[in-house]
Amino acid sequence: MKKISFTLNGELRQVDVAPNEILLEVLRYKMGVKSPKCGCDTGDCGACTVILNGKAVRSCLIFAIEINGQEILTLEGLSKDGLTPLQKALMDRNAFQCGYCAPGMILSVTCLISGNPHPSEEEIKESIAGNLCRCTGYQPVIDAIRQITKKQ
Amino acid sequence: MEELKYVGHSAVRVDGKEKVTGAAVYTDDLEFGPDLLYAEIVEGPHAHAMIRAIDTSEAMKVPGVICVVTGQDFPYNFGLYMKDRFIFAQDRVRFFGEQIAAVVARTPQAAKKAARLVQVNYSPLPKVVCPLEALREGADLIHPDLKHYEHVPWFFPKPGTNVAHHRKVRKGDVEQGFAKADYILEDTYEVPRYAHCAIEYHAAVAKYDHSGRLTVWASSQSPHTQRNLFANALAPLGIKHNDVRVIAPHVGGGFGSKAGVTMEIIAAAIATRVKGHPVKVLWNREREFYNTYQRLGVVAKLKLGVKSDGRITALHHSLFWDAGAYVEYGANVVNAVGLSAIGPYRVDNASIDSYCIYTNLPPGGPYRGFGYSEFLFGLESHMERIAKHLGIDPVDMRRRNAIRAGDLTAYGAKMNPNGLHQAIDAVAKEIRWHETPSPSGPDMAIGKGFSLFWKAPAMPPNTSSSCFLKFNEDASINLLVSGMDLGQGFLTVMAQIAAEILSVPVSKIRTENPDTDRNPYEWQTVASHVTWGCGNAVKRAALDAREQIFSLVARAHDLPKDLLYLEDEVVKCKERPGFALPLKDFVIYGIQMEDGTFKGGPIMGRGMFMPEYASTKADPETSQGGHPNVHYTVGAAAVIIEIDRQTGRVRVKKVVEAVDCGKAINPKLVEGQITGGILQGISTVLYEEMKFDHRGKMLNPNFTDYKIPTALDIPDEVIPLIIEVPEPDGPYGARGMGEHTMLPVAPMIANAIEDALGIRMKSMPITAEKICLALTGSKKQPEK
Repeated sequence: MKKISFTLNGELRQVDVAPNEILLEVLRYKMGVKSPKCGCDTGDCGACTVILNGKAVRSCLIFAIEINGQEILTLEGLSKDGLTPLQKALMDRNAFQCGYCAPGMILSVTCLISGNPHPSEEEIKESIAGNLCRCTGYQPVIDAIRQITKKQ
Repeated sequence: MEELKYVGHSAVRVDGKEKVTGAAVYTDDLEFGPDLLYAEIVEGPHAHAMIRAIDTSEAMKVPGVICVVTGQDFPYNFGLYMKDRFIFAQDRVRFFGEQIAAVVARTPQAAKKAARLVQVNYSPLPKVVCPLEALREGADLIHPDLKHYEHVPWFFPKPGTNVAHHRKVRKGDVEQGFAKADYILEDTYEVPRYAHCAIEYHAAVAKYDHSGRLTVWASSQSPHTQRNLFANALAPLGIKHNDVRVIAPHVGGGFGSKAGVTMEIIAAAIATRVKGHPVKVLWNREREFYNTYQRLGVVAKLKLGVKSDGRITALHHSLFWDAGAYVEYGANVVNAVGLSAIGPYRVDNASIDSYCIYTNLPPGGPYRGFGYSEFLFGLESHMERIAKHLGIDPVDMRRRNAIRAGDLTAYGAKMNPNGLHQAIDAVAKEIRWHETPSPSGPDMAIGKGFSLFWKAPAMPPNTSSSCFLKFNEDASINLLVSGMDLGQGFLTVMAQIAAEILSVPVSKIRTENPDTDRNPYEWQTVASHVTWGCGNAVKRAALDAREQIFSLVARAHDLPKDLLYLEDEVVKCKERPGFALPLKDFVIYGIQMEDGTFKGGPIMGRGMFMPEYASTKADPETSQGGHPNVHYTVGAAAVIIEIDRQTGRVRVKKVVEAVDCGKAINPKLVEGQITGGILQGISTVLYEEMKFDHRGKMLNPNFTDYKIPTALDIPDEVIPLIIEVPEPDGPYGARGMGEHTMLPVAPMIANAIEDALGIRMKSMPITAEKICLALTGSKKQPEK
């Protein structure tokens, strides 16, 4: 076991981890942060997406021990001060169905639009191409993203 | 018709905010404290083998292991429609990966390690993986005890064979029908197995406490059915229905996979061996593929006779289903298709044989569409081919045969009111059926395809739904139902129905996924029946509450009850313009009288619904005489695709789908079902393909090798169209439509491929590779 410390949703946290422990499991089962989900454990589905130092990554492919001193944002952190325009658009348009892919999808798009506020259709699709959704057919999600990123 | 304020409007989902903030709790998000135990199953490495001995001694030595349980601990069979399934394999395994035993330990790591140390001695048996082989005389029997299994009265198993059920339909005079035909087309279509691929795994946590209370938290479409099946299966342990409580948090996708009972019973059973501890059974992606349910595969032999004007004179449909190792649920897929395999057409002379055949592959079970996608692939391909042969427009061919209200179904009951003809016209217009779009390049081929669809809920005739509705002090409402919101928006739609009756806004109605101790009975959230069935129960509960409100106000204020009405949470009177009594003033506390006393008390509505006209009682040789299906939902769809002749890759340019949902309680949610269902359908025809090796082991149980679509694979354009011909007994005329949306996709794409390339594909999936191979062998040269 090794003690690591990192910034989780704006708060400095410490936790003991074994060298082979996966970030997703540490977040969920040791730190009580449940919005990142497991849907494959192999990096295919993107349900475990978190933002690491400003970049969307799959927390099922990262050893927890590697994030010592780094910064992690999950959907819990993003929602702290109310809904972002992206979350609001997704909600108002009933874009999600079962909602299991939502945390990962929202973080992937948050990451995209923070550096590229007016992405093209292809850029939008690319940004969520690593987040599998079996319910929506993606179009309602893409429409919500387009709504908040189109040039006024 | 009176104006509706909430029904028919696209209310924001009642669970919308939870889902965009990460607040939504799914089963594996629940906390159970430091006493939680973890179970890991031991899987059999044979598709068919006798279990000779199980040695758990090495596994028990692993630190942290509490116990190991095997089939001997639970010699109980269970099942929804036929009790042919076991909690753990008993004397034999019947599919590769079947659970033999489970290790319970303090940590998941210890459980996994110990599970690998359980030694099982097998004697392999010949395996049967092809349904047609399983039918052969002398084929090895997968269930020698078939004759002893309890089953519903509408199943007809053939003991001594691998046929678990044969649904036989005979209507009119088929021989004469074919004799009258000007053209007969006979062919065979094959549809393989598919996986649901909900992104959330199956998960169940169970606790059997020292008082004998069994609580199960499960990702489930069927909390009450699970309670029933757990209580029945575990009855020998002294467990009764009121000892069992199932709590169902949010579900991360179902599509049929979380209906009935599969792995959840493992948690329930194990819990009885570790009294006082919660124990978690969490599936993984691999097991999601090979040890829940899979969609059944089918070989369908179809013979259709028509007059030269395209009118159908006779149909014979033989369907041989690869139903897998256990068919407790899947046999009803076979049954449902047997009853409905004429498709949405008027067919006076029909004979249908639908065979449920055991194979040594994973259990076949419910999957969005419940068999209708599978038979429609053949039937709608056939319709197109016949139209082309006769020189009739394929859309006209369908118009000439499309079923109308009052026509007789294959089993002799009358077809319900429906908007099939409107749907055909609307789709043909929107897709511009008579125009030919041009391809985007010389190597590209463009094609158009059309398909109709229909589907009825497949359920026991006494399926029911119920609802409790209770007011709070501020006139907000808790609506207690036991249907599950799987993402389709069920809870929102229920809130809208209650809102409409009681004039309380949807935002003031809280309705959540159920706890079987607190919420009233619901059969299951399957069959696209809950908007209709539970919607009726909610409507009745709201009407019951409204009646109590009006009775109380009439009594306390001496007003004629029939002059009272509700508007924006206020009781008003038609003849007393000044009278306005807000609900919040009395729905809990009652109404104070002049003498200081109070009348009334908490307002609580109750409602239930059961279709009292349904019956499965019919002649087993013909299926005539009953009313097994409450109604059909129908629709039409069309597609424009473009195919790259060099790569075989299909690009879906435009899809139009019209579905007659009777009444769209929430149009945005209906459109969401259409958009999502279409992509799931596209995926089955173009991308998804299960591979099994010679041992019957699935080779690609993961998202790397079993492809489901990403955002880059969606159609360029999807146009959802809503048709509303009311269902006479539906809430506000509504009937279900969630499953239906994927039904027309595979055949219309196959039809479009033929339109584009002149190649008829008769087996699914139709991958780019298959198209390329077919093009190589095709005689038709590309134009230019």
